[in-house]
Amino acid sequence: MNTLKPEDAARQEYRAGFVTDIESDTLPPGLNEEVIRHISARKEEPDWLLEWRLSAYRHWLKMREPHWAHVEYPPIDYQAISYYSAPKAKGDGPKSLDEVDPKLLETYEKLGIPLREQEMLAGVAVDAVFDSVSVATTFREKLAEAGVIFCPISEAVREYPELVRQYLGSVVPVQDNFFAALNSAVFTDGSFVYVPKGVRCPMELSTYFRINASNTGQFERTLIVADAGAYVSYLEGCTAPMRDENQLHAAVVELIALDDAEIKYSTVQNWYPGDERGVGGIYNFVTKRADCRGARSKVSWTQVETGSAITWKYPSCILRGDDAVGEFYSVALTKMRQQADTGTKMVHLGKRTRSTIVSKGIAAGMGQQSYRGLVRIARGAEGARNYTQCDSLLLGDKCGAHTFPYIEVKEPTAIVEHEATTSRIGEDQLFYCRARGIPEEDAVNLIVNGFCKDVFNELPMEFAVEANRLMEVSLEGAVG
Amino acid sequence: MLKIENLHVRVEDKDILKGINLEVRAGEVHAIMGPNGSGKSTLSNVIAGRPGYTVTEGRILYQGRDLLRLTPEERVWEGIFLAFQYPVEIPGVNNTYLLKAGVNARRRHQGLPELDAMDFMRLVREKAKLVELDPSFLARGVNEGFSGGEKKRNEIFQMAVLEPTLALLDETDSGLDIDALRIVAHGVNQLRSPERAMVLVTHYQRLLDYIEPDVVHVLADGRILKTGDAALAKELETRGYDWVRKEAGI
Repeated sequence: MNTLKPEDAARQEYRAGFVTDIESDTLPPGLNEEVIRHISARKEEPDWLLEWRLSAYRHWLKMREPHWAHVEYPPIDYQAISYYSAPKAKGDGPKSLDEVDPKLLETYEKLGIPLREQEMLAGVAVDAVFDSVSVATTFREKLAEAGVIFCPISEAVREYPELVRQYLGSVVPVQDNFFAALNSAVFTDGSFVYVPKGVRCPMELSTYFRINASNTGQFERTLIVADAGAYVSYLEGCTAPMRDENQLHAAVVELIALDDAEIKYSTVQNWYPGDERGVGGIYNFVTKRADCRGARSKVSWTQVETGSAITWKYPSCILRGDDAVGEFYSVALTKMRQQADTGTKMVHLGKRTRSTIVSKGIAAGMGQQSYRGLVRIARGAEGARNYTQCDSLLLGDKCGAHTFPYIEVKEPTAIVEHEATTSRIGEDQLFYCRARGIPEEDAVNLIVNGFCKDVFNELPMEFAVEANRLMEVSLEGAVG
Repeated sequence: MLKIENLHVRVEDKDILKGINLEVRAGEVHAIMGPNGSGKSTLSNVIAGRPGYTVTEGRILYQGRDLLRLTPEERVWEGIFLAFQYPVEIPGVNNTYLLKAGVNARRRHQGLPELDAMDFMRLVREKAKLVELDPSFLARGVNEGFSGGEKKRNEIFQMAVLEPTLALLDETDSGLDIDALRIVAHGVNQLRSPERAMVLVTHYQRLLDYIEPDVVHVLADGRILKTGDAALAKELETRGYDWVRKEAGI
């Protein structure tokens, strides 16, 4: 009789694991003020930004790497990492896709992101970030007609310095945490979005991040500002080649929503997870935070985290404006020896602010999975409400799921609800499906997808299909 | 169609079935009755291939083949269906989707083209009528928030869609009120045919007021102690099980 063999989960393939053979301009490993000056000069940045980077670096030197997360990894040698790598450009940056190196277009095509096609078929505007630089942004003219700015952040620094200076670091200050400080010192590229007052962005915006070069870190910085009454939906996807050494990815994402603005931010993270022995894989140490600055503003984070050797990530909302709404929908899958410590922070400052947290963790193989969430309701946040639902599903008996909820309520009129469940993938559910003629492996996928449905429903259509597919790929061979 | 020879089954170091012999022919309806803990559910679970049961001796032949070599899903593809005593809930998985995945897996196995969504919905609507199942149930999660009666009706509905050759109904009558019992029994009777065999596992006689069996077996202490016709069920109703035990010298 067949039984579940979770250790076989390791046999699945990582489809994005290829390397693009492209000449790149890479800084030698090491970090010091010279490196930062070099990055800043390479990007022709104004003095204020260089100073900002240097102050972040000086803070970072005094900070210690955090170790409170439920993850284990050998010490990181920050001097062994290269902090800048760019595909060698011919002259200036590309003006259109025709000027983009065909090898890069091919890379994105292999990843299932045909930039050219997405340009032809109306629907999604894409910014593609390859190692440290943005290589292509599609649909820019059409967006410009609506007044929406969507461009690499390095370009925004040159073209819209006032906007960048006003908002950069206003949600995640340089000294916020160890990884955020490091990012502020060395960030190379990422996306910048500004949606002006009252504008509903006419299409989904998306950025695909790709780490290609070896021994490099990726430190992208994303800044999204929705002005009063604006709406934008932004998607982010990430992949990397299979390599035996660990690579560091320390990103910072800042979202700002003014009065009545709404930002929907969706992530499908599929960085290389390492192999079944735990060799290689991306260290994904990311700071994502939204400031719901305006009254009735709303930010919704949706994430599907299936990749990375280690994930340390807590997309958060500061609910500053009265009646602001924060949402966090998360599916995290850890298999083989992957570890994830992920969750959210909802900080209620304004009156009648509301937040919803739905977290679904799935652990297979020897994967370790932790939900860590903070709900803080400050005094004066009258009538604030939070609802948290946090479910874990275990496949096999060598994996683990943990829940660390922190609740701090200083406002007597607030209502906070927390529900949590942990279940093993039901032998009964599995047998029920098989007794209806469904092969065991399909049955596991069916049950896991059902478990994640509340979160997948929040994803934009294009991503929901991808997320479903990704979960299937990830569970290929999860049963014997 | 089904031939069980000297079947011994162990669950976690405990011998549950101790030498079952049973033969079921096409077109027959057999009732297996017995007190609680006699091994009735074990028998239907072993036939359906539920993990956790160890066959220590004997064999099960189905259409002349060794059934125990097949996985649970392969048994479904060969025409076996188990209506569960306790149907489980599978949150977020749509009822229709589950059934369509099962039907199409079997069609693939049989070398038939898969049914598309339109054809499948037509089939499903027709079968839902049979057990008076509200079509809105089809769009809900598998057994999610169903009452006990609704779960059992859903089982019979699934049986109607999968059109098995051998149907095992495990305590389908338990937890049903009289109206639900009548509806479920009606569904089962509609599915009786000369090509199809059914095995009803039940504790009480009342289901047999609605579905008349051809053969009745009394299962106690892991063995079939007595076999008779529908009259035996009536006798059990009035006299209980003890006399059968005594007769068998237990």
